Amino acid sequence: MSNHDYRPKSKVGQWFNDRLPLLTLANHLTDYPTPKNLNYWWTFGGILTFCLITQIITGLTLAMHYIAHADMAFESVEHIMRDVNYGWLIRYIHANGASMFFLAVYIHIFRSLFYGSYKAPREIIWIIGIIIYLLMMAAAFMGYVLPWGQMSFWGATVITNLFSAIPLVGEGIVTWLWGGYSVDNPTLTRFFTLHYLIPFLILGLVVLHIWALHVPGNNNPVGIDIKKPSKDTVPFHPYIVIKDGFALLMFMIVFAFFVFYSPNILGHADNYIEANPMVTPAHIVPEWYLLPFYAILRSVPDKLLGVVAMLSAILILAVLPWLDTSKIRSAVFRPLYKQFYWILVADVLILGYVGAMPAEGLYLLIARVATAYYFLHFLVILPVLGFKEKTLPVPLSITEPVLGGSPNLATARKKESKIE
Amino acid sequence: MKKLLKIFSLLLLICSSNTFSFAAEKVDYLKTDWSFKGLFGKFDRASLQRGYQVYTEVCASCHSMKYLSYRNLSEKGGPEFPEDQAKAIAASFEVMDGPNADGEMFARPGKLSDKFVMPYDNVKAAQAANGGAYPPDMSVLVKARGGGVDYIYSLLQGYEEAPSGMTLDDGVHYNKYMYGNKIRMAAPLSDGLVEYGDGTTASVEQMSKDVTTFLMWAAEPHLEARHQMGFKAIIYLIILTILVYFSMKKIWSRVESEV
Repeated sequence: MSNHDYRPKSKVGQWFNDRLPLLTLANHLTDYPTPKNLNYWWTFGGILTFCLITQIITGLTLAMHYIAHADMAFESVEHIMRDVNYGWLIRYIHANGASMFFLAVYIHIFRSLFYGSYKAPREIIWIIGIIIYLLMMAAAFMGYVLPWGQMSFWGATVITNLFSAIPLVGEGIVTWLWGGYSVDNPTLTRFFTLHYLIPFLILGLVVLHIWALHVPGNNNPVGIDIKKPSKDTVPFHPYIVIKDGFALLMFMIVFAFFVFYSPNILGHADNYIEANPMVTPAHIVPEWYLLPFYAILRSVPDKLLGVVAMLSAILILAVLPWLDTSKIRSAVFRPLYKQFYWILVADVLILGYVGAMPAEGLYLLIARVATAYYFLHFLVILPVLGFKEKTLPVPLSITEPVLGGSPNLATARKKESKIE
Repeated sequence: MKKLLKIFSLLLLICSSNTFSFAAEKVDYLKTDWSFKGLFGKFDRASLQRGYQVYTEVCASCHSMKYLSYRNLSEKGGPEFPEDQAKAIAASFEVMDGPNADGEMFARPGKLSDKFVMPYDNVKAAQAANGGAYPPDMSVLVKARGGGVDYIYSLLQGYEEAPSGMTLDDGVHYNKYMYGNKIRMAAPLSDGLVEYGDGTTASVEQMSKDVTTFLMWAAEPHLEARHQMGFKAIIYLIILTILVYFSMKKIWSRVESEV
């Protein structure tokens, strides 16, 4: 860990820091020893922080002009797009920002899966991350309802109706969620309230997520524990700050292309039709980032079991640190896991694809196989792999991976002497 | 750096593959060159003005455009009618206002600040006048249809004789680009239906293109500003990225590690 007996140079600084050690915190954050071999997959944490702040700032601005009322919401969004100064820019950043946020979070999660970042001693970081992800989905879903277009209305109807699958109390819960007997004004106003609240919950959890990270420090592509600080680490500032900044700029270029040149491509055309409870759209599809779970939901013929499967698909991730029995973190040294990892990536992409398609015929069959495989990966393959897999020798430190040493010090020494 | 490029191209790939959900309903729409597409896309001013003429003389008898105001017609990036002309256009409509000091509603000529006058008082009146079908509001119509401008452009020219074996109810027409091929709206355009002031021949194709351009602007009035700002923003980001890249290289040269 960094230097806790840090003392500010100035008298005023010392006086302040003795009462509230903010400067110690700042010193910890700048000095924080970070593995020097972190690759660009590690820059998405910073990118996600940027996404969250962007969503909060643009969201606050939109909330100043938006009217959460079933009769006026759609019109107020058009007012933002036409008459508010740069309203179109703020709204398009916010709407596409949600997609960018999810794109980044999926990369962040799959990075963790590849390098085993969820394993001891980082389980709490991982679980907080899963809670953040769940809250993100809730926030995104409710945000999509706010423009009060056709997809907003019918998406809200479909998703809230899922709760009716709960035996006995299901119907009652749905009525309670709606604040009436259908999705209507009370639903819109409570969704707006919650959509406004959740980002700040996420912000709080992000602080905990980073705090929990700073206890054991970052995992790294080699996946070994390293001495901190040592020649394996660099201080967070300026090394990681500039690298994260560079990656963030690349990310912003992609972001800008969406905002300025195809701002509506990730949305659904039906959401530019004002909500109409009398007309059901031909296909009700959620936003792209929820499609894999939508596919899992629809692949189970029973409504209750479908909901259970969908929720388990997310919650299973929370117990992942205990399902994965392998002691080796990084997939670099796990030849079999590496292959299963990529199959899982393909599986999730396939689920996303069939989630966008009508649930019938071949699509339904593919969705069922892919759903089954998803659970097979976590419940069978991962636990078994930990015992069966023959892993490659892991290096002793980041600076000396060339020696091909193993955790066993004696064998490593022997190899070293041979080389000499 | 190589790895980074890999990630970057993967990102672009993922982004572009997201368009797959639209691929399912792909129909071969009629194609034309839209001046507003592309990095520097701008509206064709003359086409917008002609398009407004088609809208107001043809479409507006059934289709409302409730989110537009007459002042928009003279604003930058739109048809850019001179302000006097926009004022005259507004004044040619009768707007219900009030109540006045006596508590009476009264009609007055339209002003620039007024919203486009709607052809029907409400949805029910519109349905009653159109055999039960509601002519959709056109303010954001091109964004509310999967095929966008190509779809509207094609639909306007897609009226044909129904194929044999297909029976159409009274007041229903065959259109090969309409979802389900059945449409309540009769073919709205015919050659020479409007008389363009600038001498352009008012063919169905020309009118379709003009009115679709107008609808695109109506749905995205700030499209030109968006394209201009987008180009500047991306150039700025690229230059900054290059500068930060070299700074990063310099800083990381102090340690034995690759970035």
